[in-house]
Amino acid sequence: MAAASDLNPFQSPPKGDNMFAQITDNVTRIMEAPKPPRAWYIAFGIALTMLTIFFGSIGWAVWNGIGVWGNMMPVAWAFPIVNFVFWIGIGHAGTLISAILFLLRQNWRTAINRFAEAMTIFAVMCAGIFPGVHIGRPWLPYYMMPIPNQMGMWPQYRSPLEWDIFAVSTYATVSILFWYMGMIPDFATFRDRSTSTIKRLCYGVVAMGWRGSSRQWHRYERAYLLLAALATPLVLSVHSVVSFDFATAQLPGWHATIFPPYFVAGAIFGGFAMVVTLAVPARQFFGLKRIITIRHLELMAKVMIATGLMVGYSYGMEFFISWYGGSSYEGFTFVNRLFGPYAWAYWTMISCNVIFPQLFWFKNVRTNVWAILLIGMIVNVGMWFERFVIICTSLTRDFLPSSWGYYLPTKFDFMTLGGSFGLFFTLFLLFCRYLPMVAMSEVKAFSPAGGHARPHLHGHHDHGHDEHQTDSHAHAH
Amino acid sequence: MSDDHKPKAEPKAAELHGILAEYDTPDQLISAATKVRNAGFEKWDTYSPFPVHGIDEAMGIKMTVLPWLTLGAGLTGLFTAITMQWWMNAYDYPWLVSGKPLWSIPANVPIMFELTVLFSAITTLVGMLMLNGLPHPSHPLDLIRRFGRVTDDKFFLLIQAADPKFDETDTRKLIDATQPVAVENVPEDRVTPDDMPKGLVYALIVVTCAAVLPVALAVKARHSRTDKARIHIIQDMDSQPKYKAQRENPIFADGRADREALPGTVAVGHLNEDDHFFRGRVGGAWARTFPAQVELSDETMARGKQRFGIYCTPCHGQAGQGDGMVHKRAEALAQGGWIQPSNVTQEYLRNMPVGELFNTITNGIRNMPAYGPQIPPEDRWAIIMYVRALQKSQAGTLNDVPESERGSLK
Repeated sequence: MAAASDLNPFQSPPKGDNMFAQITDNVTRIMEAPKPPRAWYIAFGIALTMLTIFFGSIGWAVWNGIGVWGNMMPVAWAFPIVNFVFWIGIGHAGTLISAILFLLRQNWRTAINRFAEAMTIFAVMCAGIFPGVHIGRPWLPYYMMPIPNQMGMWPQYRSPLEWDIFAVSTYATVSILFWYMGMIPDFATFRDRSTSTIKRLCYGVVAMGWRGSSRQWHRYERAYLLLAALATPLVLSVHSVVSFDFATAQLPGWHATIFPPYFVAGAIFGGFAMVVTLAVPARQFFGLKRIITIRHLELMAKVMIATGLMVGYSYGMEFFISWYGGSSYEGFTFVNRLFGPYAWAYWTMISCNVIFPQLFWFKNVRTNVWAILLIGMIVNVGMWFERFVIICTSLTRDFLPSSWGYYLPTKFDFMTLGGSFGLFFTLFLLFCRYLPMVAMSEVKAFSPAGGHARPHLHGHHDHGHDEHQTDSHAHAH
Repeated sequence: MSDDHKPKAEPKAAELHGILAEYDTPDQLISAATKVRNAGFEKWDTYSPFPVHGIDEAMGIKMTVLPWLTLGAGLTGLFTAITMQWWMNAYDYPWLVSGKPLWSIPANVPIMFELTVLFSAITTLVGMLMLNGLPHPSHPLDLIRRFGRVTDDKFFLLIQAADPKFDETDTRKLIDATQPVAVENVPEDRVTPDDMPKGLVYALIVVTCAAVLPVALAVKARHSRTDKARIHIIQDMDSQPKYKAQRENPIFADGRADREALPGTVAVGHLNEDDHFFRGRVGGAWARTFPAQVELSDETMARGKQRFGIYCTPCHGQAGQGDGMVHKRAEALAQGGWIQPSNVTQEYLRNMPVGELFNTITNGIRNMPAYGPQIPPEDRWAIIMYVRALQKSQAGTLNDVPESERGSLK
C-alpha cells in the first residue's frame, strides 16, 4: 500500500523509455520546455504585428464606414467576400484529414490530423470575421439569427446567405467539438506530465478527469466515429452552400451547376496547400520530423495534385458549358476572363493552381520539403486569386455595359487581408506552444507496438479492432 | 505514516479501493483482462494510453447506446428545422417572395441538414461525456504515482474492493497469475476533499444570480412604461436632438420651430429681378414680346418642341388641341368633374400676350398645375415659342406660306 507521503494527486509519474514514451516525449517536449525555440518568438512577433494591423484596419473601417475599402458598385462583394471564401476553403482540408481520411482508414492521417483540425478552426474564425465587417454594422449580424426582436420579423430561410449562416456556424461548432474531443486524452497526458501546479490544474480541467478507462475508450471511439461520420457530409455541405451564394444568382460566370463540387475540390486543394505550409515549418522547429515524415508530406502532395486536377477540370468545364450552353453573356464572360481587364488575375490563378502543381508528378519534387512548401504557398496564392477572379470578373462585366466597372482595392483592403494571416498565425503559434500538436493516443495506437496497424492477433472477433472501430472491417479478415 | 495532523491520509485495510496491476504491452493487458473476466468479476476496469485493439471483447464491454442518442438528436434537429422554418416564414411572419409559395421544402433543405448535424454532433460529445461520467475530477487512482503513466506508455488493470467476488488474498493471487510488471493496493481517496471548494460554490452562485439579472430586466422592461428613451448602445442616428418643422420650439417667442424669412430676404441665385424674363410683365402689363435673353432661333424652337412633348402633350396632345392621353383616359373613365384641357390653338389664346401665357405655365390655371418649379424660365419661353408655332400652323392661311413654297401646297 502506498505511503501517505505518496498520496498526492499533483505529482509527476516516472518516465519510461519505450516507443510509446518516445512519442509522448516528442510531443510533450514542446509544452514542457520552459521556452519555445527562438524561431517561435520571431514568428509570434511578426504574427502579433499583423494581428494588430488586422484589428486596426477593421477598427478604422468600422469607425469610418466601409467607404475606406475599394468596394464600389458594381463590385459590392470585393475583398471581404473573396477573403471569406478563401479562408473558409482553407478550413476544409482539416476536416477532410480528420474525418474523411478517418472513415477511409488512411492511418497516416494521425500524424497531421490534430493541427489540420486546429487550422480548420482558426481559418473558420478568420473567415467569419469578413462577412461580419462587410455588412458595415458589425453589431447587427444577429438579425440573421432566429432571435425574437422588436421588429417582430424572422430571417428569410430561403436565401443562400441565410443558409450560409447556418452552414458556417454549424461547421465552426462541429469542428471545435471534434477538435476538443480528440484532444481530451492528450490533455490528460499533458496533465500527467506537467510539473507546475497551474499547468496541471489547467490541463486537468480541460481533460475532465480522463484516465484512459477501456469502458470510456469504447464510448469515446464510438463518439469519434459518429462525429467523423457527421463531419464528412457537413464539410461537403459547407462549401456547397458557400457556392450557392454565387450559383443561385443570375450573373454570368456564377450561375453554374458545377459550382458546389468545384468549390469543394478547390477548398480541399487550397486547404492541403495550407496544411503543407504549416506542417513543414512546424516539424522543422518543434522536432517532429519523426512523427510527420517525408512520407506524410508526399501523400499530401499526391492529394494536392489530385484535387488540383479536379480544379483544373472545373475551369475547363466552365468554358465548355459557356460555349455549349449557348448563352452569349456566359460566352462573353469567359472570353473576358482570358483577355479582359482582369486577365492578369486569371492567368495568375491558372499558373498557380493548374501549372505549378504538375511538378508533383516528379517524385524528387514530392519528397523535397522545400519544394513542397514553395508549391503549397503558390497554390495558396492561386486559390485566393480563384475567388478574386470569380467575384471581380463577373461583377465588373455583366449584362449591361452601362453598369460595367473596374474594381481596385485600397490599402485598407490589403491591410485587412494581410492582417487576417496575423490572426491565423497568432492562434496557430499559441496552439503549437500550449496544446497537443499531434494526436498522441492515435499515433501510439498505430505505432508498431500499438497493435492497430498489424493484423488481428488476439483471436477475438468484431469491433474495437481498427483504430476507431468498426464492425464492417471485421469481415475483411 | 506519521502525519498526525492528517489522520485521514493514513490508509486502513477497510479503506482499500482496489488492487491495481501494471503491464507493459497491450497484449499482456488483453490476456489479463480475459482472465479477470472469466473469473466473473463485475467492478473492474482496464486503463490504457490509447484504445487497445481487442480489449472490448476481452472485457465483454457491451455496445454503447450512444449511436441511438445521436440518432434521436439528429431527428430532433430535423424536426426543429422544419417547424422553425415553417412557423417563422410561412405562419408567424408570412414571407412572400415574388409570389412564390410560402412553404417550399427544397429551399429549406440546407438548414434542415445543418441543424440535423448540429444537434447530432453536440449530443454525441455531451452524450459521450455523460455516459462516461465525465468530468470526473478526482479518483483514488490519482494518488498512485505509477498510474500517471497510463496516459503515457503503461497499461493498468484495477479490480475494485467493492466487487462481490473481491477477496484481498484470492484476488491478489489471480492478479499475480496474469504476470503484471507491478501490483499495488489502491487506498480509498481520503486526501481529496469530497465537497466542491467553497470559493467555487460561491462563485457559481454569484454567476448564476448575475445571469438571471439581464433576463429579469428585460421582463421588467416589457411590462412597465417609461417616459425615457430606450437605451441604445449603438446609436445608429436613431436619436437626433433637433426641432422639426411645424413643431413647438420654446426658444422663440412665437413658439414656432420653423422661422419665417426676414422681410426682403432673397436666397442666393433667386433675385429674379428681370420682370420680363421671370414674370412675363413689362411696365405693369403682360409682355407682348419675348425677352432679350431668349434667342429667336431654330435651336430654341427645337428645344421648345421637345419640352412641350415632355410636359404639355400628356394633357394638351401632340398638336395642342386639348386631347392628350390623360384627357382620353379621363373621358373613358367618365367619372365626372373632368375639365377638358384647353386647345392652345384656339383664338383667344392666339391673341393672348406671351407674358400671360408665360404666367399660365408658371403658376397654372384651373386644374392645370404650376410648372414654374419644374421648368426653368428659358424653357418656358421656348415652349411658348413652340406654342406660337402650333397656333400659326392651325390658323394659318396660304398667305403665311412663302411664295416659293405655295406651289407645293396647291
